[in-house]
This record gives sequence, structure tokens and C-alpha cells, in this order.
Amino acid sequence: MAELQISAVEKVYPNGFKAIHGIDLEVADGEFIVLVGPSGCGKSTLLRMIAGLETVTGGTIRIGDRIVNELEPADRDIAMVFQNYALYPHMSVYQNMAYGLRNRGFPKDQIEQRVQKAAGILQLDGLLDRRPRQLSGGQRQRVAMGRAIVREPSAFLFDEPLSNLDAKLRVQMRVEIKQLQRRLGTTSVYVTHDQIEAMTMADRLVVMNAGVAEQIGTPIELYDRPSSVFVGGFIGSPAMNFLAGQVDTDGRHLLLGNGARLALPADGAPAEPNRLVTIGVRPEHLAPAEDGPLRFEVELVEHLGADTLLYGEASAATGGGNGDKGGLVTVRLSGHHALAMGTVLGLTAEPAQLHLFDAATGRRL
Amino acid sequence: MIKRVTFKHKWLPYALLAPQLLITLVFFIWPASQALYYSVLQQDAFGLRVDFVAFDNFAYLFSDPTYLESFEITIMFSVSVALMSLSFALILAVMADRVIKGATAYKTLLIWPYAVAPAIAGVLWYFLFNPAVGINAWILRAWFGYDWNHTLNGTDAMLLIVIAAAWKQISYNFLFFLAGLQAIPRSLIEAAAIDGASPLKRFWTIVFPLLSPTTFFLVVVNIVYAFFDTFGTIHATTRGGPYGATNTLVYKVFNDGFIGLDLGGSAAQSVVLMVIVITLTVVQFRYIERRVEY
Repeated sequence: MAELQISAVEKVYPNGFKAIHGIDLEVADGEFIVLVGPSGCGKSTLLRMIAGLETVTGGTIRIGDRIVNELEPADRDIAMVFQNYALYPHMSVYQNMAYGLRNRGFPKDQIEQRVQKAAGILQLDGLLDRRPRQLSGGQRQRVAMGRAIVREPSAFLFDEPLSNLDAKLRVQMRVEIKQLQRRLGTTSVYVTHDQIEAMTMADRLVVMNAGVAEQIGTPIELYDRPSSVFVGGFIGSPAMNFLAGQVDTDGRHLLLGNGARLALPADGAPAEPNRLVTIGVRPEHLAPAEDGPLRFEVELVEHLGADTLLYGEASAATGGGNGDKGGLVTVRLSGHHALAMGTVLGLTAEPAQLHLFDAATGRRL
Repeated sequence: MIKRVTFKHKWLPYALLAPQLLITLVFFIWPASQALYYSVLQQDAFGLRVDFVAFDNFAYLFSDPTYLESFEITIMFSVSVALMSLSFALILAVMADRVIKGATAYKTLLIWPYAVAPAIAGVLWYFLFNPAVGINAWILRAWFGYDWNHTLNGTDAMLLIVIAAAWKQISYNFLFFLAGLQAIPRSLIEAAAIDGASPLKRFWTIVFPLLSPTTFFLVVVNIVYAFFDTFGTIHATTRGGPYGATNTLVYKVFNDGFIGLDLGGSAAQSVVLMVIVITLTVVQFRYIERRVEY
């Protein structure tokens, strides 16, 4: 068990490409941290730097009380689960799990005991003599987990471990991994590009974009107060709606590009009048209202059972403005709604549910 | 489902197959049947009499100490060639696999020797080791005090043809080993590194076992090569000598048949070689090709 401390870590490849632009992160003992972001954002690179599979070109990585920058992967006391599982195909399940212990010179009886214990936890008891190719995807995933836990390392590193599984199994394994981590209380860093996986598993998540940690926080913090347009759009499904606008001269309203006027929270706007902003509002925070400031024409309806998703164009309810059509908007209503295509609704949003971002930088105001 | 092409004309498939069949018939089936035919006959050296002797030629072969000795020489030779070319090729492939800058240049240069004809390869090494003018022979004498002479010393002669034959084959093996190495997922090596295996241990416990299908394949290919394709190398250098020290089975077929003019005995030796190559091919198909999959 150990804390993990990443300070000002940078990665510059020999060809000059800067993959990581100085990331600071402190992971508490036993915490489950998820690194999430689109492909190419540097999340896997950061994980591999923690593992020692990539060199660190700037800053320090500390596991427990040791700076591990220059240590070999084997000496960092970490275990890693790979996307393709990386099981040794010519070894049995037992040998796969025992390999790391054998290399470290554990006595035979202790290896036996640890492997049996891990196999029990992961329900692999009857499979110890099989070869990886004789196992199903979920079982292989468990063996990869087993190989990590027999070592009892100070940290687990997961590199998109569920992306090779089908959707149903993915949900199941997600729960299993989370429960196992709770039970073992081992500090974990988990990389994924799937925001649902990130939201459901993380104690805290790090949203990464182009080598920068855009925001670090609990799933709910990120959901409720995204620090940038990028985080707002990345966390939550369906994605947050964004509309271009401007703070009105009175400072109490927002003027949308399509001419609609939305009220701001009574405690004052977070921005001075006339400032150009991007307004973010989640699909579930848009509600139908007869006299709502937005006019919404339904173009597509998706019935998900618990929810109904409406896609369409939003424009100003009253005349005036520049007459622009506005933007594409998603609305999420709970329950069933029999709405035909082409139906026109009025929409409104709670002032408190509006997120304001600077139009130029995309940062939260 | 395999997609089948259907021809409208009955004769077209035969016409398309004809060139290949013709080549097989003229250069393989016909000579092979001639060898079978001659192997049960005995001719006098002047070609005046031909007698049917059934299996006498074979019986004579296996009671002939020079033939049995040639068998031993051939086995020694092929095992040495296979071992030498495989191990050097593997070392080179492992190193080339790590090279990032200029990898293509290395690979291209390492593949070149394969384009050299066996006889030329033989002559090349023959010069290098020539006791009078060869630089290698000179180095051996000057630095190690070893008086190399492959025209007199049987061991030297054997070493010479092993080196010449193996050198040429390294390129071929290198290509296959490199492809095999590149097919091993990087993450396996990384997982092993995290599992605390030193680079050497990673090689022996992960890389080498995963390469074994390639290795098995190459062992058979190399043995077949050493058995059958090295005639040119030997003919251009030692000519089976000195005192039959490098008289391999293939060279003996030529020697007995075309120099000794014992057509029946030579044909019987060819038949024995044919049986060996058939056996090796069967082994290759039945056991090795099936084991390729993990």
C-alpha cells in the first residue's frame, strides 16, 4: 500500500513531440484514480511512465517514499493489467500467475498458497491448468488480474483492461474490479477512454486532453462543475449542449446567438456584461415549458425506456435577435414521451444549471 | 466458405496447370523414376551390359563402410550448419529487432548473403581460409598459432564447408526470426519486465518459447538445405576431400555416379536421399505446421 505522487511530470519524445505537459497528481493510499480522455491525450503514456515502461523526461514520480523515475519496472512494486491482457500464451494459468513470484525467488509453498488464494478470489479454481487460449475473454481478464494481485504490490495500474470485452461482460467486470480493489485496498490508477467506466469506477478522475490534466476531481464534482468546455463535453452522456452567447448589458441575462434570452442566477453573473461566453447546459437540465425562452423543434426521438432523448434545433422563442437558427440541442426527459417528429416545444433551463465558459479559452467563468 | 472459381471451358484449368505440371514431370517425376529404375540395375563401367540385380545395390550400400561414414559426415555437417546458422541468425535478429535508427539498412545488408550462389559462397570462404593467401588462415597462424590447412586436414575442411554453408543460410534464418520476433506482442515483454524478469530471463522464458514454431520450421529447412543444397559449396571447395572427410551423401551420389561411373549404386543412394527428404517433409507438415498455433 502506498501513496502515489506525480509532480510536474513531462514527456518529450526524441522526435520533439511533447506528449505530457507537466502533470501534478497526488493519489492517496487505497484510492482509485481514473485517467480518462480521448485517444492520444497522453493518458496511457502517463500510466506507462508510472509503470516504468516509458522514460520520464521531466518532474518526479514517487511511489510510497521512493522516487521511482530511474527504477526498473520490476523494482517499482507495481502490477499492471494490459489491454490485451498480455498473458504468456505458452504457460498455464497457474504458471502465468506464479511467474512474477518465481522471478522474485519466493519459496514454492508460498507461491502455491498465494496463487491458490488469488484463484479463489477470482473464481479461477478449476482453470489453473488451462492455457490462456482455452479461456474466454472474461476469464483471461481475471487471470490478468490474478497475475497482478498475487504479487501484492503497492499499486495496480490498469491500461484500458475492459476494452476488449463485449458490452455486458464489461459492465460485470467493471463491478468486479471495483469490488476487488475495495477489498484489497490497493492504490490503483486506471486508464480508459470510456467516460461511463470512468464515472462509475473512480474515487477521483483526471480528465486529460492533449497532454494536460484539464480537471481532477470526484465524478460528481466534474459533472456538476466542469472546469472547461472540454470536460463538460466529455463527462456525461449524452453530452452537454453548448450554445454561443453573450452576457447581456444588465448582467442578469444571457443573450444567445439565436436571439433567445436566458436568465442568470439571481446572485449575479460570474461575468461582466457584454462578455462573449459559451453556455453549457446538460440535456437533463432542459425542461419543456410553454413560455420557455427557447423554441425547440424535435428532429429525432430516442426511446431508452427510462428516458427519452430528443434531438433537434433550438432557436429563439420570440422574434428579434439575428434570426439565427441556433444550435443542435439534445434534451433528456425522464419516462416515456410520445412526441412526433416536427413537434415544437418551448424549453427552459434553471439559471443555476447553466455553465458559463469563456468563449475564447473555454475555461469556466 | 472458400470461394470457388468456375471455368466455362473444360480445357482451361488444364491449360493453366500445364506449365507447372510439365516442369514437375520433366525435372522431378521423370528423373526420380529414372533413379528408381537405375537403382535396381547394375551396369558395367563401359555401358555394355545392364543386369537386373533387385535390391543388391541397397544391400551393398548399407554394408559399405564408406557409405556409412558419409552418412555420419552428413549428419555432423547438417547439425553443425543448422546450429551455427540458427544461433547466429537469432542473435542478429534479436539485435536488429532493437535497432530503431537505420533498421532498414541493417536488415537489407543482413539479407544480401542469401543472394550469393552456394558455389560462390564456397569459393569466397575458400580464399579467406586459403593456407597460402587467405587472411583468416593468416590470422589463425599469426595470432593463435594454429596451422590451418583445409586441403590436408579433414577437420579444417569440414569446418570450412560448415562456415561457408552456414554463412549463406544465416540471412534466410534471420528473416524468419526477425518476423517471428516482431510478431510477439510488446506488452508480453513489458508484462515480463514488470514481473521482475531480467532481459536474459525474458528472452529464455518468454521470447524463445514463443519463437519455437519458427525455430522448429527453420531446423527442418536448414537440415534439408545442408543435406541437399550444399553440393555447389562442397564441389567448389573441398570436393569431398581430404580422404572423404567432407564427402556428404549428396556429394557422394555425384562422385560415385559421374566420377566412379557406378550408376546403379549412385541411383540407389539417390533413392535413399529421396526417402530422407520425404520423411523430413512429412515431419514438417504433420508435426511442425500444426504446432505453429498457440
